[in-house]
Amino acid sequence: MQAVKRFINRMRSKSPWLLHFDCGSCNGCDIEILACLTPVYDVERFGIINVGNPFHADVLLVSGTVNHRNKKVLTNLHAQMPSPKLVVAIGACGLSGGIFREAYNVVGGIHKVLPVDVYVPGCPPKPEAIIDGVVLGLQKLQRLHEQPSVEKEA
Amino acid sequence: MREEITPVRPADLIGEVAKLKIQGYRLVTLSCTEIDANCIDVLYHFDKDLGLKHLRLTAMKAEPVPSISPVYFAALLIENEIQDFFGLKFQGLVVDFQGMLYLEEEALKTPFCKFSIQTAEKTSAPSIAHAEPAEPPAAAMPGEPAPGEMDS
Amino acid sequence: MRKTVIPFGPQHPVLPEPIHLKLTLVDERVVEAIPNLGYVHRGLERLADVRDFHQMIQVVERVCGICSMIHAHCYCMGIEELMAVEVPPRAQFLRVIWSEVHRIQSHLLWLGLFADSFGFESLFMQFWRIREKIMDISESTTGNRVIVSVNVIGGVRRDLSAEQTRWLLTELDWVEEQIQRLQTTMMEDYTVKKRTVGKGVLTAQQAYELGAVGPVARGSGLSQDTRQTSYAAYGELYFEPVVETEGDCYARSKVRFREALASVDLIRRALDKLPAGEVRAKVKSLKPPKGETVMRVEQPRGELLYYFKGSGEKNLDRLRIRTPTFANIPPLLAMLPGVYLSDVPVVTLSIDPCISCTER
Repeated sequence: MQAVKRFINRMRSKSPWLLHFDCGSCNGCDIEILACLTPVYDVERFGIINVGNPFHADVLLVSGTVNHRNKKVLTNLHAQMPSPKLVVAIGACGLSGGIFREAYNVVGGIHKVLPVDVYVPGCPPKPEAIIDGVVLGLQKLQRLHEQPSVEKEA
Repeated sequence: MREEITPVRPADLIGEVAKLKIQGYRLVTLSCTEIDANCIDVLYHFDKDLGLKHLRLTAMKAEPVPSISPVYFAALLIENEIQDFFGLKFQGLVVDFQGMLYLEEEALKTPFCKFSIQTAEKTSAPSIAHAEPAEPPAAAMPGEPAPGEMDS
Repeated sequence: MRKTVIPFGPQHPVLPEPIHLKLTLVDERVVEAIPNLGYVHRGLERLADVRDFHQMIQVVERVCGICSMIHAHCYCMGIEELMAVEVPPRAQFLRVIWSEVHRIQSHLLWLGLFADSFGFESLFMQFWRIREKIMDISESTTGNRVIVSVNVIGGVRRDLSAEQTRWLLTELDWVEEQIQRLQTTMMEDYTVKKRTVGKGVLTAQQAYELGAVGPVARGSGLSQDTRQTSYAAYGELYFEPVVETEGDCYARSKVRFREALASVDLIRRALDKLPAGEVRAKVKSLKPPKGETVMRVEQPRGELLYYFKGSGEKNLDRLRIRTPTFANIPPLLAMLPGVYLSDVPVVTLSIDPCISCTER
């Protein structure tokens, strides 16, 4: 039984599925995330697939600043994802609020609402940087899988 | 501005707008600026064959302005937006979002009003942990600033 | 018949951005749609209070990452009018070239997303493969892929060398040929026609009354394109608006295909006529903008309007941005009644919704 679980966990970090949520971004980061999926950058060769359903996802990519309305949607999506899960904040807005930090409807970076594992800087970051960030996160996911506490948390 | 601006009074607004609609003008948008603590300047932009025409309405904050959304349905979102941003009330809106089109409860009320917002800005520091009601109460109207708030 | 209310969005697989539509259905058909916005609202216009009018260029570029060049173009034109700055002709042409590069990029992006909305994923990949070439063009000529940031008040930051111009022309040939190949693939495909012809029809009368702009209006037979007002260098380039008359999703995608090809032609003509000289006028000694004005340009999604009010201070009194998707939402509400629930994603995407623009 233990061997089966180990096998499944290993496969999960070999083929992570992404969920992308646009959280008040200017679209710049969103289209770069989508560009990662397309033939030139093609993250599918690493087994990474973009899914629309939070129940299927291992990694949550968030672009943009949090505002008062979408923070509820964001926490909802995060709660629906199975653990262990990874949150990757994309772009300067996701880090601190970026150029919009002084605007009245901006709460700030993603870390004000969710625990963030990887920050990818840039306005917008290049697709290479986004792929790099996700790969960095996967190493953390691998470590989480190896910890025995993961099953209890789930 | 390169084009002519026609001033209108709130009472004549609907009539003027309906006249323009009959002449075949398309509603482009409304632009709104706060002039002082009591007045708001509303510009109505219309277009016909790539030429612009503007109507200028100087509205009092406390008095509702007649909505042009029954004439031009497209004005619906624009007027709701002004209601959110400036707290100016529109009478006879086709769909009234009650000042909730963009803003949630905890965001500051009428964020574009520089004259009445100074005190509110400091107190409304957003708190994430704050538990908010699932459905914002419809009675909460950011639209109408209280008289005391306006003077400050 | 009993009515059902179904929420569409904010997180939906076909929507790249969060928008929420409250759909009232009878059986499988939509009878009413109410939009619910605010998921991307930041309050950009108010940033004019804390940033001066030079810094605001960077802010307005981030109204929308897809058409950042055109937002900055419109903003700079408005400020230049208020400050009475004469922009050098070479800068006018370069602005047109980069704007049209952005238009091709945006239309290809939309065509890909649209193909994806009815499940044609290989077509999505094909469009984005061509789009990467455009991104290369924008990266090598401006230094950035998405937010190009070449506009400054009084002109542009960068110039095109003769070598870059030659390279650009060969790349454009490739792009044009690829778009034409995909045009035949997509527009003559039986399954595509099945999903788009007669879906979400908007008549010319409705389009005009509801204030539709851009490809939505032109797909319904209205010949209305702000580039006809000959701003920047458009007056010196031969240009005709692309019009289709059917008013359905198929017509709207046809308009975008033809516009992308027309933009390739426009860039070629602009490169051909590109005058020599300076690319940036000196504005340092001039007074900050004073007075009010309205500026309109044509975005990939339609007419974009900026309203400026300055009082001679460094910060503008008011900056109002009316983006094309904001104007296209009322027409969308008119298109949706009568549509099957399974066609709602297709019809919604057919207006090319840019929610980040809409809510600013």
